[in-house]
Amino acid sequence: MSLYAVQKLIYQLNRDPEVRKRFELDLEGVLAQYELTEEERRCIREPDIGLLYVMGVNGQLLMHFAALRGYAWNAYLEAMREGERKHGPVRTGLYTPARSRT
Amino acid sequence: MSLVFAGVCSHAPGITGRSERADPAVRDAFYAGLGRMRLALEAQRPDVLIVIAAEHFANFFMNNMPSICVGMADQYEGPIEDEAWIRIKRTRVPGNAQLSKRLIETVMQDVDLAYAQEWKFDHGISVPLHFLTPRYDLPIIPVNINCQGPPLIPLQRCYEFGRALHRACEQMPERIALIGTGGISHWPATPDSGRINEAWDREFLERLLGNRREELLAYRDDQVWREAGQGGFEIRTYIAVAGATEGHTGELWFYAPIPIFAVGCTVAVMNLPHSSA
Repeated sequence: MSLYAVQKLIYQLNRDPEVRKRFELDLEGVLAQYELTEEERRCIREPDIGLLYVMGVNGQLLMHFAALRGYAWNAYLEAMREGERKHGPVRTGLYTPARSRT
Repeated sequence: MSLVFAGVCSHAPGITGRSERADPAVRDAFYAGLGRMRLALEAQRPDVLIVIAAEHFANFFMNNMPSICVGMADQYEGPIEDEAWIRIKRTRVPGNAQLSKRLIETVMQDVDLAYAQEWKFDHGISVPLHFLTPRYDLPIIPVNINCQGPPLIPLQRCYEFGRALHRACEQMPERIALIGTGGISHWPATPDSGRINEAWDREFLERLLGNRREELLAYRDDQVWREAGQGGFEIRTYIAVAGATEGHTGELWFYAPIPIFAVGCTVAVMNLPHSSA
């Protein structure tokens, strides 16, 4: 359920300029509106694009979040690769075989 | 009338957003293929263009995910992406709510649908329109097939949706054009972005353009995932077009892998009896 909340936050951030504005002005306030673990809050805050990818955040959400946080295209790809090197393969979601999705 | 035009094309955001990083010769040939598609579309003088796309969390999320959703508004807006990132200026795009409603009511006799009276286009629709209706003067009816958040609609249901859409179009007086947009094999927005399985793509395109129903519906998602990536789930939009043009074959106007666009770039058009091209 937590990955769902991470993705929902990014979804709303990507599509709603009002949420983006609040995110800029009151990051902690926005984070508090979602049921996130401390690690997930840290990943959004920093941001830790690599670990978000490994957690299973869909790239169609993540690439826009990365761009919003200033990642150029190649830096975004490299951040995901670094995430895999550091944390291992993607844990769940669309980038794992269907039988291992949770 | 029936469908006056049907085709398929790629929609990857890199097509516009990373244009300068592609091999210019291949890129320009692809753009020319899209330009040819635009002329063929215009030659049919359509009243409306239905775009069956696979969106990427612009409107629909896992809190309430329709398998198939049809737009029912008089205007839309897109692209939702950052304008500098996708390099397409955000604009209003005309729709036709009244025709949408008639089509939806008719298709619903055969296939369950969701509808939406608000819709923001993402690259799945905005990139094709940038090339095909650059003046945004042709009303659009957007259709989304969920290809992002499993469980995904089975392929045979996409084909059946296409058939039902065709039957509905036949009952309308308007001249209706149709495109399906999406990748074939690709691994977009992942570390494997740029990987393309050209042999898989060409086999798929043969099945599609031969409109070989059984062979199109033989794909399984676990196999597609392994061989064509999670982006390969977007074959659903192409298969819906095959259903809408059942019994007709098509022609491949352009295909080439362009890795920086993260997809095998495709332009293909179905041969329809009503079209005069």
